[in-house]
Amino acid sequence: MASLAATFGRGAMTNGWTDVANADVVLVMGGNPAENHPVGFRFVMEAKRTRHAKLVTVDPRFNRTAAVSDLYVPIRAGSDIAFLGGLIHYALSEGLYQREYVQLHTNASFLVREGYGFEEGLFSGWSEEKKAYDKSSWGYELDGAGFAKVDPALEHPRCVFQIMKKHYSRYTPEAVAGICGCSAEEFRKAAAIICSTGKPDRQGTVLYALGWTQHSHSVQLIHAAAMLQLLLGNIGMPGGGINAQRGHSNIQGATDMGAWNFLPGYLRMPRAHQQSLADYLKETTPKPLRPNAMNYWANTPKFMVSLLKAYYGERATKENGFGYHYLPKLPESEDYSWGYIFDRMLGGQVEGLISFGMNPVANGPNTSKMLAALSKLKWLIVAECFETETAAFWKARELAEKYYPGARGSTAIQTEVFLLPAACFAEKDGAFVNSSRWVQWKHAALDPPGEARRDQEIIARLLLKIRELYQKEGGAAPEPLLSMAWNWQNPFSPALTEVSREINGRRTTGQQVAGFGELADDGSTACGNWLYSGSFTEAGNMMARRGQEDPTGLGLYPNWSWNWPANRRVMYNRASADAAGKPWDPSRPLLRWNGKAWIGDVPDYKVDAAPETFGAFIMLPEGVAKLYAADFVEGPLSEHYEPVESPVENALHPKVGSNPLAKIFHSDLDRIGSSKDYPYVCTTYRLTEHFHYWTKHLAPSSELQPHFFVELPEALAQEKGIRSGDWVRVRSARGMVEGRAMVTRRMRGLQVGGKTIYQIGLPIHWGFIGRVTGPLVNNLSPSVVDPNSGTPEYKGFLVNIEKV
Amino acid sequence: MSAPVKSVSASAGNGPAPGATRAVHTVAKLIDTSTCIGCKACEVACQEWNDQPFTIGAFEGTYQTLPDLAPNFWNLIKFREREENGNLAWLMAKYQCMHCVDPGCLRACPAPGAIVQYGNGIVDFNSENCIGCGYCMTGCPFDVPKLDQKTKKVHKCTLCSDRVSVGLEPACIKACPTNCLSFGTREDLLAKADARVAALQADGRKGAGIYNPSGVGGTHVVYILAHAGYPENYGLPRDPTIPWTVALWKGPLKWIGNMVLLGGILGTFFHYVRYGPRRYKDVSE
Repeated sequence: MASLAATFGRGAMTNGWTDVANADVVLVMGGNPAENHPVGFRFVMEAKRTRHAKLVTVDPRFNRTAAVSDLYVPIRAGSDIAFLGGLIHYALSEGLYQREYVQLHTNASFLVREGYGFEEGLFSGWSEEKKAYDKSSWGYELDGAGFAKVDPALEHPRCVFQIMKKHYSRYTPEAVAGICGCSAEEFRKAAAIICSTGKPDRQGTVLYALGWTQHSHSVQLIHAAAMLQLLLGNIGMPGGGINAQRGHSNIQGATDMGAWNFLPGYLRMPRAHQQSLADYLKETTPKPLRPNAMNYWANTPKFMVSLLKAYYGERATKENGFGYHYLPKLPESEDYSWGYIFDRMLGGQVEGLISFGMNPVANGPNTSKMLAALSKLKWLIVAECFETETAAFWKARELAEKYYPGARGSTAIQTEVFLLPAACFAEKDGAFVNSSRWVQWKHAALDPPGEARRDQEIIARLLLKIRELYQKEGGAAPEPLLSMAWNWQNPFSPALTEVSREINGRRTTGQQVAGFGELADDGSTACGNWLYSGSFTEAGNMMARRGQEDPTGLGLYPNWSWNWPANRRVMYNRASADAAGKPWDPSRPLLRWNGKAWIGDVPDYKVDAAPETFGAFIMLPEGVAKLYAADFVEGPLSEHYEPVESPVENALHPKVGSNPLAKIFHSDLDRIGSSKDYPYVCTTYRLTEHFHYWTKHLAPSSELQPHFFVELPEALAQEKGIRSGDWVRVRSARGMVEGRAMVTRRMRGLQVGGKTIYQIGLPIHWGFIGRVTGPLVNNLSPSVVDPNSGTPEYKGFLVNIEKV
Repeated sequence: MSAPVKSVSASAGNGPAPGATRAVHTVAKLIDTSTCIGCKACEVACQEWNDQPFTIGAFEGTYQTLPDLAPNFWNLIKFREREENGNLAWLMAKYQCMHCVDPGCLRACPAPGAIVQYGNGIVDFNSENCIGCGYCMTGCPFDVPKLDQKTKKVHKCTLCSDRVSVGLEPACIKACPTNCLSFGTREDLLAKADARVAALQADGRKGAGIYNPSGVGGTHVVYILAHAGYPENYGLPRDPTIPWTVALWKGPLKWIGNMVLLGGILGTFFHYVRYGPRRYKDVSE
């Protein structure tokens, strides 16, 4: 998400599930939609049935998506950037990119400052001492007015296009084969199909999921895919895009509503030095980098002030900076993402944890570290509909000592644990936001059983109790909580329709706003998330709409639920048309300029602005999409780095193996293994039959996949004397799991760096509690995270295997 | 089920039963294996609709839920790995009762009314009439019916005859996310299958074809196979026929049984005419 936001302006699937049916080529890589998104996968099948679309799957395993693919290419886990870099090189060297699109809609023509360079795996500005980059040499060359200089002919040696061409010239098919482990022939076959979409009348889509996000270089990986799609002219097009399939039913909604470093609607969390609202707005409101950039984030003050009005109501006044001082500020350059929380917890710096809809013991990396960290807490609150491994973490030693020998026994743990019975999804109303950014309202199917409560009631009661204590007993910094507006009809359990109305936004006069265009920075509007403005207007709950009309015939269904932003179905749809506003592909007209207005999808543009007025990527200061993005910490162009635990040295630059900025933790429990002791590459994944660590509590899913298993290639099994059904033990530097061997031809040995590399596959769904149980595979995975997104490296770490 | 009956086990002849004069469309299920992703939604839907218990099987070294169909598990996706010329295929195909046009189970069944073939083509088992002899299992060339050892009753897929009779599609069809499964009149689906096969062949899958075996008179469950020349790769028999023992006994040799029966009746009649009713001595005499 961090990658897509920097490249295009918004961090979400660019198109949508229904739009996949418009594709001519579907590349599935870093995902397995047939298994993990089977309902959405129907649109891939529809594209195949109705358009004869070609499906290409690139994955360490021949999985259920590969089973219905036209071409499957094996790849070593963690080598995806090499493959994508190879595709970029292939498109550029074979002249298969869409030149006119690239000139018009990307920053290919932008000039980069003198001083930018890349050598031996490092970009210019690297400090060996600080282990960080000084990014000043990565910026654009600016003119006197502060705008970037451009060369529309794409010939200047320092224009992005030429820099890119040079950078990826190293990624030949042979180099790709040597890194990824497929043959150069297999790579060429895939490249020919994928790059066939670099024409206006052919569209290719990319579907990915956690197989791309769970690496120590994940943000760069996704940026590489975005670059490829931009070169092929596939962004903003029906049947195109780069489509992130979210891993949980409402994770897109969760991201949209904020994270440790974002307030709702991707407004940046204030930092410690931004002590006043003016300071904050000055630093977070971007300036345009081109004269024709709409630079929509220039509206940041309207969104932020409206958010503060929603938070603090009448206590947010112009005089007090709309209550900005109530907001917590992040310490300078400190990270509070997942890995850091648990690292601090292990170090005794965290007193308590509230865990909703989350099972960190199971889904966090390095289970032993998770267990040890939780046992340092004073208190732990878990709100769940089952007793999860997290709620029962204190039993781990007793229930499965074999796997967690270092865990403290229950008598040695002082943490006070509260398991609050919470309603499950079917017992709540509210909205789910899917991968397509559809905010779909749902109704509660039944009441929560027994003493179970809905989340909003649990949170509200906690809040009101804590407020009461503050009022009675005082305490440190009570103002933020006491100043919060809490004007619900039932303050103990706010109705979600009421909350949704606040998220949509309203005028202080009481009227709902129709969209974020009506938000103001003078305190006359309050809005919980500007991105969702338009979802619950004076016309009612737009999310509950179920209209099935399809006026464009492209599967946009504009009256089905509500789509952020502004009910726009395909983001960046202005890029589907050329400089004159004519669709690149007249057979799939998503948006066209009729001389007065844009017709088709809700335009990602000003509806009555002539085609030449603005750049097509309205959220970015460049006005165009970024092939070259100085936003990331480890470089403006994606480069192949090995996983932190890798069986080979980096073939492109042996001195710089893995991402030089990958965050590796250093507690006693954070051990990194070498290929001498752990020669095999391990990847973890989900199965169709289960959802995460949840459905092992349910009868049907447990029947369909009752047993944890270890997938390994035939040749490796032979070498080790392992037969299908044998018990095997898999070890990493962190821990061990045991399971039954599934020996298969669907995984094969790969030729990498002159040696045969074997991969081992582990499905994740078991744990020490449930109807069916087994080891937690994250007992093996390392706490190593991507420096931009904080996502752990669950794919491509090292293990060894033996017969039990 | 109120649908017209076409034939009933162990009843006279195999023609339409009395009263079955209303013309009904025959129904069919089409399974397009080229779009099956092995998600098992059909398995769960079948278990849930038919109130079957969920049980935990042994580990068999495969993604397949169970090694075979079971008395309480009527819909199974078979997973098979095949490699030819270095090309790996992972074939997935849903397996259940084929609802044959000429059902071997029905022919073999000696229990009156235990197996019924409805006018719409559905072959259904009536447990209350089942005597647990297992002859239907011998008669089935697809090895579908399974005997419940506890209750001594044989069970199999009903093609959701209860749902179909009220105008609903079978549960498995409803659950399928990729439109791999479809349900409709047999005529429509055979035409749809032809079109899909043509499309697959145009896409380069020259071996694509339909599986609708003539040895059992055709089936009401029809498959589209990407490699139609190798049905056994999908776990389907190449040329299924009703076992000759059943066919012979219930076919050409049926007259022997009928002659024996007729001989008995005639013998009884002539015996009566000749000797009159048997008289018992009154024991009270």
